[in-house]
Amino acid sequence: MAQAQQENDAGKQPSQREQAIAQLKADGVWKAPLDRRKFITTAAAGWVIFAAAFGGLSAILAAFMAPRLDFTKAQKFRAGVPDEYSNDSVSEQFKNTEKVWIVRTTEKILAISTVCTHLGCTPNWSENEMKFKCPCHGSGFYGPRPGVEPGVNFEGPAPTPLPRFKITLADDGQLTVDKSQMFFKEKGEWSNPESFVAV
Amino acid sequence: MLKAFLAAAAALFISAAVHYGLKNVLDYLGQPQISFTLFAIVFIWALFQRPVWTRTGTLLAMTGITLTLGIMLLDKNFAHNLLKPDNAPIFLMIFFFSFFLWISMWQAHNNDRRMEEMLPPEEKETSNQKTWVWPDLVYIEFICMIIWTVVLVVWSLVIPAPLEEPANPGNTPNPSKAPWYFLGLQELLVYFDPWMAGVVLPSIIIFGLMAIPYIDVNPKGNGYYSFKDRRLAILTFCIGFFVMWDYMIVLGTILRGPGWNYFGPFEEWNPHKVVAANNVNLSELVWIKTLYPIGNALNIDWLKQGVPDVGPNYADPGNWLKLLKKEFLGILLLGFYFLVLPVILAKTKLKNFYERLGMGRYAVAIFLFLVMAIVPIKMYLRWTIALKYIFASPWINF
Repeated sequence: MAQAQQENDAGKQPSQREQAIAQLKADGVWKAPLDRRKFITTAAAGWVIFAAAFGGLSAILAAFMAPRLDFTKAQKFRAGVPDEYSNDSVSEQFKNTEKVWIVRTTEKILAISTVCTHLGCTPNWSENEMKFKCPCHGSGFYGPRPGVEPGVNFEGPAPTPLPRFKITLADDGQLTVDKSQMFFKEKGEWSNPESFVAV
Repeated sequence: MLKAFLAAAAALFISAAVHYGLKNVLDYLGQPQISFTLFAIVFIWALFQRPVWTRTGTLLAMTGITLTLGIMLLDKNFAHNLLKPDNAPIFLMIFFFSFFLWISMWQAHNNDRRMEEMLPPEEKETSNQKTWVWPDLVYIEFICMIIWTVVLVVWSLVIPAPLEEPANPGNTPNPSKAPWYFLGLQELLVYFDPWMAGVVLPSIIIFGLMAIPYIDVNPKGNGYYSFKDRRLAILTFCIGFFVMWDYMIVLGTILRGPGWNYFGPFEEWNPHKVVAANNVNLSELVWIKTLYPIGNALNIDWLKQGVPDVGPNYADPGNWLKLLKKEFLGILLLGFYFLVLPVILAKTKLKNFYERLGMGRYAVAIFLFLVMAIVPIKMYLRWTIALKYIFASPWINF
């Protein structure tokens, strides 16, 4: 019975759809219909892309909604009048709060960073040896003594000198330190007039 | 010859001890350059000595170490530094590592002796015996677990954790020490740039250890302990692990005090101790210490220019040339060490090694060897000529 049916089908004229497919195949533009596996992968990829796009947009929206508050501390601070600092001395009064040493030599006043250039520990100021000595790996930096630049690395593994912050004399005669601007010796910036206050 | 040398060394030591005092002599010998050298020589020598790794030999050595430590602890400075709660693991480390080293070296030397007598290794005799994982092995593991839990609980009760006040970035304790297992790395940071000692070298150590199974093609020693069959592998591991990693931990714990300065075992930790720790780059040694006097003597101005001044602007190609000129010797030396030396060795001394391993394996293995070797080389350069960096640039220092 089934065999007879098949024979019957074979003998039948191709349907309109089959004719169209045959025509497309002959023209070389025929594409096989989407099979199940391909459909699932395409759909999954589509969903991932959609979810990522939607999630990203939502995140942007959420970030836009969040209030823009900046909790960063002010980068500028007042450091008193130059006369508060005696010649060839290191003031540690801003070490804890601002991470700055105010160093006065016979020629200038400097604001020196307290972060060791080796691995970021805070060196200790040692008055007896007139040097900043880092307890972590033994780097040493010059203090304010004649003939040397304070903050230059001279012993231990530190690769570069301690950077300096912008320091200016305000109109009211007070020193103002601006930590947003740093001056590096290795970039040749220590001659910049903003990196020190001449006395 | 060796005996005469040892007798002379002993005589020198005793007369120095009588003249300067034993503690001062030990403080002197403890300096990193001296104690590192002595430890390396004695340790490597001992690895070859069969009597050291017998039961009696090691028992005697360990008793000697314990007694020496005990007598040294009578000194108040040594006791003060060593008996800090942080240092408890150091004691454990010394004894456990000695024990595990002994247990493998004892079996290795034992097998070597058996093989000299044309006997199979010890493991062969027991290889047909079988034991159950459950319950035999699992029970042993279970008991070990219980014992260690008890030890850790008792330890934490008897020696309270050395906690301090909340961290304050403005106040760095002096000395500031890493956890004990990182003290070797902290000591390494004294000799190398932080990027090298903190990132590159540890990564190479980890990846190098991972590469061992792919590099090591020696089938000998599979399934049995032997020193003779695996001398290179055992020596490399022992030098890397015991002489370098562990000795530097002990050095960082016991012999480094405030300001990361060297302090002898009996020396008081004085934060104002002044040690000349100045160091100079190779470029300064080349341009100032070497070429300048030569130029002075021969009256050549070009040699008298001092270290070439490299400006900060590297967008200018002229500055790159100046950097190359300034660091030419360092670049040549490092290039020779890492690129030319492996080729020379493959052609001469390590010919067999190269042929056995093949190109790729040899390249990886020799690179790891050279990196391992440059650590003590750089340490000795610091100790002898106060060398800071062989190659210094704003980005990479080596």
